[in-house]
Amino acid sequence: MFNWVEGLVAAAFALGLSAGADASRYDLGRTPTTAEIAAWDIDVRPDGTGLPDGRGSVADGQRLYDAKCASCHGTFGESTDYMALAGGVGTLASDQPVRTTGSKLNYATTLFDYIRRAMPFNAPKTLTNDEVYALTAYVLNLNDIVPAGAMLDRASLIAVKMPNRDGFTRQHGMGSVRGTPDTRAKACMHDCVANVRVTSELPEYAKGSHGDIALQTAHWIAPQAPASGSAAAIATAKGAGCMACHGVAKGVIGPAFVDVARKYADDAGAEARLVRKVEEGGSGVWGSAPMPGQAHVPAADVRAIVRWILGGAGD
Amino acid sequence: MPAASRRRFLSQGVALSGAIATGRGIAGDAKSDTPPGEPAWSRSLGAPILASPYGVPSRYEANTVRRQSPGLTRTPHSSVAFTPLASLFGIITPSGLHFERHHAGVPDVDPRAHRLIVHGLVREPRIYTMDDLVRFPSVSRIHFIECGANSGMEWANAAVPGVQYSHGMLGCSEWTGVPLAVLLEEAGFDRKRARYVLAEGADGASLTRTIPIEFALDDVIVAYAQNGEMLRPEQGYPVRLIVPGVQGVSSVKWLRRLEVGDAPWNTREESLHYVDLMPNGVHRQYTWIQEAKSVITSPSGGQTIAARGYQEIRGLAWSGRGRVKRVDVSTDGGRNWRTATLQEPILPKALARFRCDWRWQGEPAFLQSRVIDETGYVQPSIAALREVRGKRSIYHNNAIQTWRVAASGEVSNVQLG
Repeated sequence: MFNWVEGLVAAAFALGLSAGADASRYDLGRTPTTAEIAAWDIDVRPDGTGLPDGRGSVADGQRLYDAKCASCHGTFGESTDYMALAGGVGTLASDQPVRTTGSKLNYATTLFDYIRRAMPFNAPKTLTNDEVYALTAYVLNLNDIVPAGAMLDRASLIAVKMPNRDGFTRQHGMGSVRGTPDTRAKACMHDCVANVRVTSELPEYAKGSHGDIALQTAHWIAPQAPASGSAAAIATAKGAGCMACHGVAKGVIGPAFVDVARKYADDAGAEARLVRKVEEGGSGVWGSAPMPGQAHVPAADVRAIVRWILGGAGD
Repeated sequence: MPAASRRRFLSQGVALSGAIATGRGIAGDAKSDTPPGEPAWSRSLGAPILASPYGVPSRYEANTVRRQSPGLTRTPHSSVAFTPLASLFGIITPSGLHFERHHAGVPDVDPRAHRLIVHGLVREPRIYTMDDLVRFPSVSRIHFIECGANSGMEWANAAVPGVQYSHGMLGCSEWTGVPLAVLLEEAGFDRKRARYVLAEGADGASLTRTIPIEFALDDVIVAYAQNGEMLRPEQGYPVRLIVPGVQGVSSVKWLRRLEVGDAPWNTREESLHYVDLMPNGVHRQYTWIQEAKSVITSPSGGQTIAARGYQEIRGLAWSGRGRVKRVDVSTDGGRNWRTATLQEPILPKALARFRCDWRWQGEPAFLQSRVIDETGYVQPSIAALREVRGKRSIYHNNAIQTWRVAASGEVSNVQLG
């Protein structure tokens, strides 16, 4: 959070009025300008310190949300694929706690702070402050914390009371090296347990879930053949970040590669068009979520990935 | 070597020696790489220098890699890859095998353009280039980093098959950089009002965490090097925070901003995540310290003990409160314990390697390790931990790990009551 002392110090420094260097000074770096600090100083504290000017309505937030957020978080903020945004209030003490922004968060200021710094996931820091206010308002409305007609600004956001405001404690032993632990086990050495009883073992479904552990942990193995053909294309696609939004057999945010292959099966011009689309981005073919341009991927890699996809995206 | 992979290795070894058995050897029996044969590599010229300007492991080590836990996360850009603990020796985690945890992918930060700003409750805010930071007086220290969620999948039941997945959000490296205290002094921080420092990353998530000032002035490092070389991108290149003994998320990577303040920030990573759910529905917030923990890495879940006889039990122990004092090992599920040998050096807030002789005669066994740190704290059982914290916490599971050894030699993950 910018404070006026910094501005004053910066101005004094610029005028050559700073105190003389003491013996411990290394004289490295320089004094940042107020503009440099302000540009990066985007944090917001629970008391509202750091909230910018601006405002946004639930209605504007819904429009933005549907375009930029719903593909991951679900139409009503219900999707647990990523962080669920809504629901679950009152479940935290149960055996099946439903952990969502609405049920867990203590201060709405944190929601604003996080959206502004980190969302949307694939294009953080692209929202205006008004848009962040609007999205914050809409997420709060999804949780019935503010009404559908609400407009949020600095003062009204600070005034929001989250359902779990009082659901946190700092009374525990893990806040300091000198803290008192909450378990007091004794280091018994002999005849410590009467009955050794297995209470839990790996569920059947989990036994093969992580591959061949013996092979993974062997001190050495037979050398593997270098990747070629499809394996190389899959590795390239993974390295380029394609799998963040696409699966081979199953869509994520974007379509599954096998579905792309099917769609363009008889389209001779597809390769050139898709190469351009990967490089420049596109939207509207597979739903509302736009695909950003992938300028960071070398042209040869883009072509190899597209050829592999159009070839059926096989193993 | 576990039996299954040993069989595989032997069968492939046979295929390999068959493949090279063309022509006649000059000396010995060219049909075999083992005595009395003369191995192929002893009868030929090896690779020249600089065949690999940056050395890489032998091709026979391709299985020693970080891995993800299938189904744990939806996107590889906000995910975790686990350290292959069972394959490692000593206490230093090779940089390329140190676990990864990112919240918005690994940014490709240009060190020439990267800046670190120190501001807030300071007399003189500062902005540093990487050249500036590297010029400061430096320290090198060995510390572990453990994610607060390490072993988090095991709160309710045994859930993952091997130690890479149960304990692999753990690494230990030598970190080099400038003490944070030096940078705070340089900026003239307000000694009366400063109580916390906010650390912020330069990645897409701009991840932020609140650091108590007493930690900041004690042993926190603004680190640019790991294990003797500049940081790897996935470890925060070109500069990160190292907050020794504290849950890994506080060691903010790609560090670009440090703000001194008088109250905690309640950031998303300290309100929605990295908070410990207690049975009464209340979350413990700011559970910084990683309490003492240990685990046997060999033999461990998913392996098979190849043969009866001598078997060295090997493992790791650590404490966020200081040095490891002692490690005990049980082979009968905690009925009886004996004290393991600790490998020097024993460093504060660093991994310690322990070992213990064992002769396995084919009997079913339950292997456990239990650490005691210099504060006298004894690592708890999972039952004792659940008694206080329930089963839904996710974070800070430092329970004693049990590996069951079957009569067949197969080792599996179990929990005891």
